[in-house]
Amino acid sequence: MIPEIGHFALIVALCMALVQGTLPLVGAARGIPRWMALARPVAQGQFVFVVISYACLTYAFIHSDFSVLYVAEHSNSALPLIYRIAGVWGGHEGSLLLWILMLSIWMLAVTVFSRHLPEEMVARVLGVMGLVSVGFLCFIIFTSDPFQRLLPAAPDGQDLNPLLQDPGLAIHPPMLYMGYVGFSVAFAFAIAALLGGKLDATWARWSRPWTTVAWMFLTCGIALGSWWSYYVLGWGGWWFWDPVENASFMPWLVGTALIHSLAVTEKRGSFKSWTVLLAIFAFSLSLLGTFLVRSGVLTSVHSFASDPKRGLFILIFLVIVVGSSLMLYAWRAPKVGLGGSFAMVSRESLLLANNVLFTTAAATVLLGTLAPLFVDALVAVGVLGPTNKISVGAPYFNLVFVPIMFFAVFLMAVGPIAKWKKANVPEMAARLKWGGVTSVVIAVIMPFLLGHWSWLVSLGILMAFWIIFAVAQGMWERLQRTRSDRSWLGRLAGLPKSFLGMQLAHLGVAVFILGVTVIGGYEVGKDVRMNIGDTVEVGGYTFRFDGVMSVPGPNYQASRGIIKVFKDGVPLEELHPEKRVYRVQRQPMTNAAIDSGLFRHLFVALGEPVGNGSWSVRVYYKPLVSWIWLGCVMMALGGLLAISDRRYRTLARKQRELLKSGADLDVPPTTPKPALTRAEAKP
Amino acid sequence: MMRFLIPLVVFVVLVGFLWKGLALDPSEVPTPLLNKPAPAFKLQELQNASQTLSPANLRGKVWLLNVWASWCVSCREEHPVLLRYSRSGEVPIYGLNYKDTRDDALRWLQQFGNPYVANGFDTDGQVGIDYGVYGVPETYVIDRQGVIRHKHIGPITDAVWQDEIMPIVRKLKG
Repeated sequence: MIPEIGHFALIVALCMALVQGTLPLVGAARGIPRWMALARPVAQGQFVFVVISYACLTYAFIHSDFSVLYVAEHSNSALPLIYRIAGVWGGHEGSLLLWILMLSIWMLAVTVFSRHLPEEMVARVLGVMGLVSVGFLCFIIFTSDPFQRLLPAAPDGQDLNPLLQDPGLAIHPPMLYMGYVGFSVAFAFAIAALLGGKLDATWARWSRPWTTVAWMFLTCGIALGSWWSYYVLGWGGWWFWDPVENASFMPWLVGTALIHSLAVTEKRGSFKSWTVLLAIFAFSLSLLGTFLVRSGVLTSVHSFASDPKRGLFILIFLVIVVGSSLMLYAWRAPKVGLGGSFAMVSRESLLLANNVLFTTAAATVLLGTLAPLFVDALVAVGVLGPTNKISVGAPYFNLVFVPIMFFAVFLMAVGPIAKWKKANVPEMAARLKWGGVTSVVIAVIMPFLLGHWSWLVSLGILMAFWIIFAVAQGMWERLQRTRSDRSWLGRLAGLPKSFLGMQLAHLGVAVFILGVTVIGGYEVGKDVRMNIGDTVEVGGYTFRFDGVMSVPGPNYQASRGIIKVFKDGVPLEELHPEKRVYRVQRQPMTNAAIDSGLFRHLFVALGEPVGNGSWSVRVYYKPLVSWIWLGCVMMALGGLLAISDRRYRTLARKQRELLKSGADLDVPPTTPKPALTRAEAKP
Repeated sequence: MMRFLIPLVVFVVLVGFLWKGLALDPSEVPTPLLNKPAPAFKLQELQNASQTLSPANLRGKVWLLNVWASWCVSCREEHPVLLRYSRSGEVPIYGLNYKDTRDDALRWLQQFGNPYVANGFDTDGQVGIDYGVYGVPETYVIDRQGVIRHKHIGPITDAVWQDEIMPIVRKLKG
């Protein structure tokens, strides 16, 4: 009965989405207030029914209802409770339901936090999101019903893929989807602005916080995914350029460009059509990612369920959504004004360069990800001969991606200290002079101190310190201009949050680069055959192998190694790497044991038993590896700081007052009020 | 006006490829080498650089050539399957270690186990190009006369092994 309620709730949600995707849009076009007013309650109703449906599937998982096909395929009675809850998104159908849940959460958020927006805008934004929702609800109901019954019921389930039975994975997909789907809000704002024909600074200001929040979630989601692959997939790699990873990375790259482009549109009114295009791209890439992961056109370790028939559905959906958006863009964008002019070297031009670099980076990732597909298709239609095969893997991505990012990082330090409209190059050079010289000196010397010198390490350190010094310079200059009668801490707290957020996020990039560089250059790893009592020394630590014991898990049997770590003869830690065999799927899994610290990880994994109680053991010393994820966290926190900026709240309040007083909002100012940007507009 | 149409045009082209790609099953693309002699090569063995691996020396037996790399995530997925079936001894699996470094590859085998009789170390990918490798993992079934009889693209699963590869191997073994 419960699964049927879940299915029925989905159908009700679809009906509501249909209303939401039509009436408010027509109402906004024809000026019918009652139709526009429908948008909010219908979106909220849809949220309620999607939650009901999701709860029903979760219920079926928790109670191990194996008469539901999806549950039988992805759960097992021995599966621990947490993975029964997380198992809901362990396969295609459930992931899709999670996607829809996220979309309805975002719609609910729009209904709640949009009181300061004109009715027309709200109706259009929710209308566009409603249409997206219609597409996904149709997809799940007609091709991927998670509530399909299995009669007679299976005696037990086939268990969740062991790779997914991990706490990291319990939170990774929700975070990632929250980010993915979050770009639908920026997309809906862009389409709403195109529909309304009013593309201006106000629109940018409204959609900016939404974009930042989505970007934060995506950043955290990708970082969690990377962390997961670090300790579950294998021997400590943190990024594999796998098609599914790329699918989440492309929207992130474009989303990063979008955040920066929105800043220019808001402050200076420039790049309007470009910003709209980026908003369309960011969401299109999210949809494309879904297509790639779910259609099976590319094979990947992550594509746990793929089906060409579903691929066709998503492709058609993609064509409708992206095709119509781009047509609308081609129709409306030419009428958009150019906004404020700017000189060859100015903050605008630097941000434009940043946008171009990030978009190029996304394009190269797209090209690399789809290369096998392109070649196949060209061979199939006879354009290319069958011998023209190419291969694309990590080597390609590292080769094209790193140089692009090098330029982006260089500009990242220059951009924030450049003036709007027209920057003075000699003056900027003077301000960055010491930071530049010092970072070159550090980049030359530091590799020697760390062990041995290499070009790649030196370059990475140069990039990181270049950013660090530029951030320090920017902070210092800002602090000097604040009132000097307060303490330094008070002055720091007095700086605009959006400025602090930007600096923190940029600092996060530096931390990330340091992590990547140092782990790439100074990781030490040993493969050793160890018998009980044997020791091995790696990175100044001594590891003693104290044998392996057999430990039963809830749904697996584990061989648990006992390894004691000593530093200078002093016992430090006992590590327990495991080799697990999951009972149902008979798949062996390597669970590494990690002693994590801020400056280094000690990573131990069990290999194979090699007889007489001996095992092959892998021991790693990984310096600064945690900085990779620390950097991501700092980027996300930077976003959080930026959206907590006071001007968003004052802005919302003013807009509400304006709305209440019945003022005509149809002609919002094209340039922001000086009071709101005082802090940013100063050199 | 025209420049605003560019994104749409690019998208249409992209959709063309996706549409075509959907019609093709990536694991069923026929190889031009099907039923042709396997391209000859002579490669250093991965685990023993003084030895070489060459298809010429494998004449007279039915064997699998599995293309893999330590940087390939999907290889990790198929690895337990290969390991399990390599123990059955039904058909010898030879590896082509593709665009990899020796350290990484050896570490990989030690970490995840070694299903291969021997591995050719194709560090610059030349042999891979001769075989038309464009995504790892790929697996070739080669018969007693050294002719490629089947090619599987993408990771080998239990189903692929039992329903696709073994029937061909059994037929070839006669």
